[in-house]
Amino acid sequence: MENTQSFQFFNRGPSPAVRLVFFSVLSLLLLFVDARYRYLESTRSALSVLVSPIQRLATLPGVLWQQAGDFFITQRSLVEENKLLHRQHQGDAAQLSQWQALQQENQQLRNLLALPQRSEFNAQPAEIVYTERDVFRRRVLINKGADTSLHAGQVVMDDIGIVGQITRVYPWLSEVTLITEKDHAVPVQVLRNGLRTIVFGAGDTSQLSLRYMPISSDIQNGDVLVTSGIDGIYPPGIPVAKVVKIERDAAYPFARVVCLPVAGVDKHRYLLVLSDLPKLPERPPEEPAVTGTTQNLKMKHKK
Amino acid sequence: MPYIASDSPEIQRPISTTFILVSVLVALFLNGLPWEGIWLMLRPDFVAVVMLHWCTHKPLRVGIGLSWMVGILADVADASLFGQHALAYTLLAFGGAVLHHRLKMFDLRRQTTQVFGIFVLTYVVYALVHWQVNGYVVWAYFLGCLTSTLLWAPLSIMFQALRQMRADNKGQ
Repeated sequence: MENTQSFQFFNRGPSPAVRLVFFSVLSLLLLFVDARYRYLESTRSALSVLVSPIQRLATLPGVLWQQAGDFFITQRSLVEENKLLHRQHQGDAAQLSQWQALQQENQQLRNLLALPQRSEFNAQPAEIVYTERDVFRRRVLINKGADTSLHAGQVVMDDIGIVGQITRVYPWLSEVTLITEKDHAVPVQVLRNGLRTIVFGAGDTSQLSLRYMPISSDIQNGDVLVTSGIDGIYPPGIPVAKVVKIERDAAYPFARVVCLPVAGVDKHRYLLVLSDLPKLPERPPEEPAVTGTTQNLKMKHKK
Repeated sequence: MPYIASDSPEIQRPISTTFILVSVLVALFLNGLPWEGIWLMLRPDFVAVVMLHWCTHKPLRVGIGLSWMVGILADVADASLFGQHALAYTLLAFGGAVLHHRLKMFDLRRQTTQVFGIFVLTYVVYALVHWQVNGYVVWAYFLGCLTSTLLWAPLSIMFQALRQMRADNKGQ
């Protein structure tokens, strides 16, 4: 025991308890600053340069497995897939020519009515590098970042519909928040009757839900929800979700509407990032009278 | 001194800094593998297990400060809030520093029960941070601290064997 006692002569710096308090307070401070103010994004992207080689390495086994699978694919399945694609292509080609005619017609009609033209957008492909490690969250990281001039707020879709939105950009990676993330909102329209509403992610499942839909609202099972485009972030007319379950209980003022995303939110490896979306005109400043009424409302609530 | 002779007959061998560094990097790599679904729930926190191992076996080399820095790197790798893993690993390192005398006298089975408490503390930090930010707790996430605890014994044996091998190579 004397041996271990003699070690006390050496200077070991502050005691573990002091260090614990110091680093805990530092961590809590960082947590608070990051959660509230988001000041630390530049530090994060600088540190991500250190970590990204390890992350790249970690995706290697999956990529190798996939490449091995590609190599051993049978000829039979290739031939079948080719046939299927041919058939699909023929069907699509007919629809595409029709669509071009419609687009022409729409342009002319918009010209006649002096409405602004619908602008086109570009899409650049990106590959999912890996999914978020935090089980609580539904996010993926894609292999394009600030190097290809991506920025936060861009819309991400697959070949069918909306998948999510870019929320954070690193030097070579970007973080995409999926539409199934808890409380992620997408303004949508019911394709059948143009009813406007907002679809929210459920978080722990791959479902979406429509909140605050009155019981009497005209919505049916199988309705397709497309983006309405009035938020200025999502371009109009892209499929988002399909209604799968409606519960109308007279005891509650709102109906419970459950939807499933149309796009393969949890499936695909390759995604499209939309760019050059049209900018909406600035929202006019709010009238002072309006804020007055909201204050009055708040006062009433307090009473 | 019977208490040393009974459980740990070999003298603590020197460990190079590169060995510690490489083990932490490998742990970060294992955490970064594309885990999904139920496997993600069951995934042990490799970094936490490795850090606790070094904090208990080399308390003078690996301490709270280093754990905090590794935690910050883990936060960046996970894209979680800054400080979440850092706070968890700080508590973990403190637990390791407090318990390291006791753990040295225990065999692996008894070490495992002691270590379980520390891992639960670590996961409580994750859950608390998540609860503060999102307002709900996913209880299945705590499965990870069970698997982390189960990883303790194999990892200790592996590190012991690796150190033995290196020492033997140097001796020849």
